[in-house]
Amino acid sequence: MRGWLARNGRTLVIAVPMIWLLIFFLAPFLVVFKISFAELARARPPYTPLFSWEDERLIIELSFYNYLFLLEDSLYILAYLSSIKIAAISTVFALLIGYPMAYVIARAREPWQSVLLMLVILPFWTSFLLRVYAWIGLLKGNGTLNALLQTLGIIDQPLVILQTDAAVYIGIVYTYLPFMILPLYANLSKLDLSLLEAASDLGAKPWVSFLTVTLPLSLPGIIAGCMLVFIPAIGEFVIPALLGGPDTLMIGKVLWTEFFSNRDWPVASAVAIAMLIVIVAPVMWLRRLEARQGGDG
Amino acid sequence: MNRLPLSVKILGGLGFLFLYIPIFSLIIYSFNESKLVTVWGGFSTKWYGELFRDPQILGAAWISLKIALVSATLALVLGTLAALVMVRYARFRGRGLFSGMITAPLVMPEVITGLSLLLLFVALQNAVGWPAGRGFTTIVIAHTTFGMAFVAVVVQSRLADIDRSIEEAASDLGARPVRVFFDVTLPSIAPALVSAWLLAFTLSLDDLVIASFVSGPGSSTLPMVVFSKVRLGVSPDVNALATLMILAVGIGIAIATFALTRKPRQSAS
Repeated sequence: MRGWLARNGRTLVIAVPMIWLLIFFLAPFLVVFKISFAELARARPPYTPLFSWEDERLIIELSFYNYLFLLEDSLYILAYLSSIKIAAISTVFALLIGYPMAYVIARAREPWQSVLLMLVILPFWTSFLLRVYAWIGLLKGNGTLNALLQTLGIIDQPLVILQTDAAVYIGIVYTYLPFMILPLYANLSKLDLSLLEAASDLGAKPWVSFLTVTLPLSLPGIIAGCMLVFIPAIGEFVIPALLGGPDTLMIGKVLWTEFFSNRDWPVASAVAIAMLIVIVAPVMWLRRLEARQGGDG
Repeated sequence: MNRLPLSVKILGGLGFLFLYIPIFSLIIYSFNESKLVTVWGGFSTKWYGELFRDPQILGAAWISLKIALVSATLALVLGTLAALVMVRYARFRGRGLFSGMITAPLVMPEVITGLSLLLLFVALQNAVGWPAGRGFTTIVIAHTTFGMAFVAVVVQSRLADIDRSIEEAASDLGARPVRVFFDVTLPSIAPALVSAWLLAFTLSLDDLVIASFVSGPGSSTLPMVVFSKVRLGVSPDVNALATLMILAVGIGIAIATFALTRKPRQSAS
């Protein structure tokens, strides 16, 4: 046993996680891919088999119906575009809010730096679902925000925010803000301050040296942060489901409805495959960026 | 020179306010006697009482805790092995595939992970009869799979940092690789293991989407019950639940911080 372990230890260490991932990560995608070419059927499971055996002949039936359906029914195209739009706008807001925060943290002195960093990470450890839920109480018609604004006399009529796209933006920005701040902080804290000193010695105003020195140098952090917000936001389900309205279109919600309400597994699979295609490009970009940064360091 | 303009400080401060207002509002309203969010009906702990008398929430909380304990532990073992492979084995056949599969769950939309695992479980059940139905086992498998990816990231970065000369010394003195791993490597990555396990545990406890796909009758997790409750609007006992969870997380973080900051000093002295 000991000799066997010594000889095969390395193989074993690789094989155990590898086999787990092959079965429970890779195989599921092949199944989804397969079922996206099947048709809905009144059966258990509710889709037609792709392979059948008749008269000693293997019959393979591939149906492109689901993909054609996605192209024909404008709902799906609109949902894709709307997901990309919502994710992109939220990413911009997250950047605008997150950049000053990352900047303040990066320039703070210890122990403040650690404390502020901890404050950014801490919400990430509390339940995501409950943090999204908290916004319902804050944003709804007779909620905290409206009550506050009315008491201050800023508005007469309560603002309708909950169940609109605005609430979805707020939810996404709020949830993914730490993902924006952390890469920005990592980048900004490495900034060579002597460059800023040089700029100011040469007579640059603070905002000029920010625009010409800090901002360009922090571009890798900006891209990484934006990707980390944009990618998960596209497939988001919980936020549009809880904060958005009935006409908030997001592809994650569409997939959920196809599966749970319409019980159309083949169409849900086709939606999943199409969704993967949308997120592959930003993921590849992020990986290339990380590889390049790893190479620099 | 190190001074920040006041405007930047104010913007940063507002950002932190934005991060914490929802959390504080949950805590405050959990003690509100009134069911209405805008009306302060006086201090009360009645929602906590209601929470502990709700058999549906208690049952779901128990299921979620069991799933989180089992899947975080499995994810820790598998994720640590995966991290070892990533850091220590630079060349083997299938390394590209391996590194792709261990990082992909981090960016995969939850709806896709959930749907694909469910379809796999159904196909497996039809083909080999296992897993029979869906419930505890299938949720544990699903949570282990995405949990191990997060464990691998955390452990990997620690593993890349440790001083390998102690391991080399141990094997020069005749210790077998398994012994070296358990006596030298494992203690030096212990803080990372603690935070990795906690991360996998929290992610499992919090997951709504994947669990909704792969759960079966009678295995509704806490997030699933909470989701169906809050979909209909604000429910004060959920505020109480949130406050208790924030408290538990606070204690967990305190313990983890203590474990993380204490260890390096010990080894340094």
